Amino acid sequence: MRRLSHHLTDPLIRSNPVTLQILGICSALAVTTALATALTMAAALIFVLCASAAIISTIRRHIPHAIRLILQITIIATLVIVTDEVLRAYAFEISQRLSIFVGLIVTNCIVLGRAESFAMHHPVGPSVLDALGNALGYGLVLMIVATIRELFGTGRLLGVPMLPLAEQGGWFEPLRLMQLAPSAFFIIGLLVWAIRAARPEQAERPEHRLLSRRGEARP
Amino acid sequence: MPEPQGIWGRFLARPNEDPVKALGMAGLVALGAALTVSTAATLLEPRQAANLEAARAARRQAMVDALPGLRVVMEEAGVTELQSRLVELESGRVLPGDASGFEAEPTARDAETGIDLPPEADIAGLGRRERVAAVHLLERDGAPALVVLPMRGTGYQSTIHALLALEADLDTVAALTVTEQGETPGLGAQIERADWQALWPGRRIADDSGTIRIEVVRGAASTPYEVDGISGATRTGNGVTAMLRFWMGPWGYGPFLDRLAREGMG
Repeated sequence: MRRLSHHLTDPLIRSNPVTLQILGICSALAVTTALATALTMAAALIFVLCASAAIISTIRRHIPHAIRLILQITIIATLVIVTDEVLRAYAFEISQRLSIFVGLIVTNCIVLGRAESFAMHHPVGPSVLDALGNALGYGLVLMIVATIRELFGTGRLLGVPMLPLAEQGGWFEPLRLMQLAPSAFFIIGLLVWAIRAARPEQAERPEHRLLSRRGEARP
Repeated sequence: MPEPQGIWGRFLARPNEDPVKALGMAGLVALGAALTVSTAATLLEPRQAANLEAARAARRQAMVDALPGLRVVMEEAGVTELQSRLVELESGRVLPGDASGFEAEPTARDAETGIDLPPEADIAGLGRRERVAAVHLLERDGAPALVVLPMRGTGYQSTIHALLALEADLDTVAALTVTEQGETPGLGAQIERADWQALWPGRRIADDSGTIRIEVVRGAASTPYEVDGISGATRTGNGVTAMLRFWMGPWGYGPFLDRLAREGMG
């Protein structure tokens, strides 16, 4: 059991797809202005990632190498379209707010990345666990960013007022920046920094070093 | 290893590099995908259509609510909903007939009921336009007190659908409501926000000489014909400008509004 469960727990923080591999950033910026959209997006990604991992892993021995990417994308795109259709039928209001970003899960590098690097080479069980772990890791980052952005950008969480707004006689003045895309960059950047400060082995080696006048690398 | 049985077994037993296997797998996956997508689309279509219709009705209702005093006027006149009329756009004549359930876009696409727009007139990027359109009116003592005109135009990445309400002078904007759009979330999509649409009431469409001057400008508005643009969404703003200018002009509701000003509801 221990051998299997690390597929699920590793991608949550240690090898989180967003903070370690810096994948899926586009949607992490776009859907995190409110917690409700981020939750829906995370749920959609969990379904697409797990289902695509299960299907691809099941037929992995019969996928010809030359057309494997096309087959993977076809399967992923099918699942994404179904997810989008279901959202538009049963969660209309939130699907309007997510607009194109559910459709863009097709191009989310995490999905194709896990299919290509894991599900193609492992049995169904570990593949689904790995997919679930990665999707939850992505969802976790989305939750953190969306909580900070919604709380400090609007004073609400899931639409429920949390902080007394200045315009209604309270003390809290919403930070408009939090509702704009750059704030998501800042928050994700700070998250990456915090994780790499706690786990120095994740820090990338510098590609260039400044040379001193005598040609030695500076410390 | 036992000898594979049947067509299916022999197919699966082929090496993955075999062209028949590659084509077969591609075909099978494509078939599965097509079946899944079409099943989902067909099964869920009624619910989605109902959702869209509910959203449209809610926006029409919101438009009524957004106009100050409109509820009072409607109660005085004893009506609960705006009246819908069919209008022949080219001549501006009001046609008899039922306007409920009128859909502009399928009407414009149809070979019989739509026309191709000449490129120089097609400033809103529509391609085709319906011959007959539905407008919504509020009449008071036989004269139009409010005219609501549905319109659409090409924005940055989607077709913007809107309702424009004009006051009795047929020039002052009473309200603009964006009913459907798919512009960039956080930027162009802000045209759907109530605080941006609140900039519209009181704006004027044309100046005293009749020239259409309404415009979404970059930055802050300085004349009665201008509306503040949204920063980062210049092309969405330009799309809204082009939409208004097209539909208020000679290829849009221009002939109808001229006739309405000249002859009243007739």
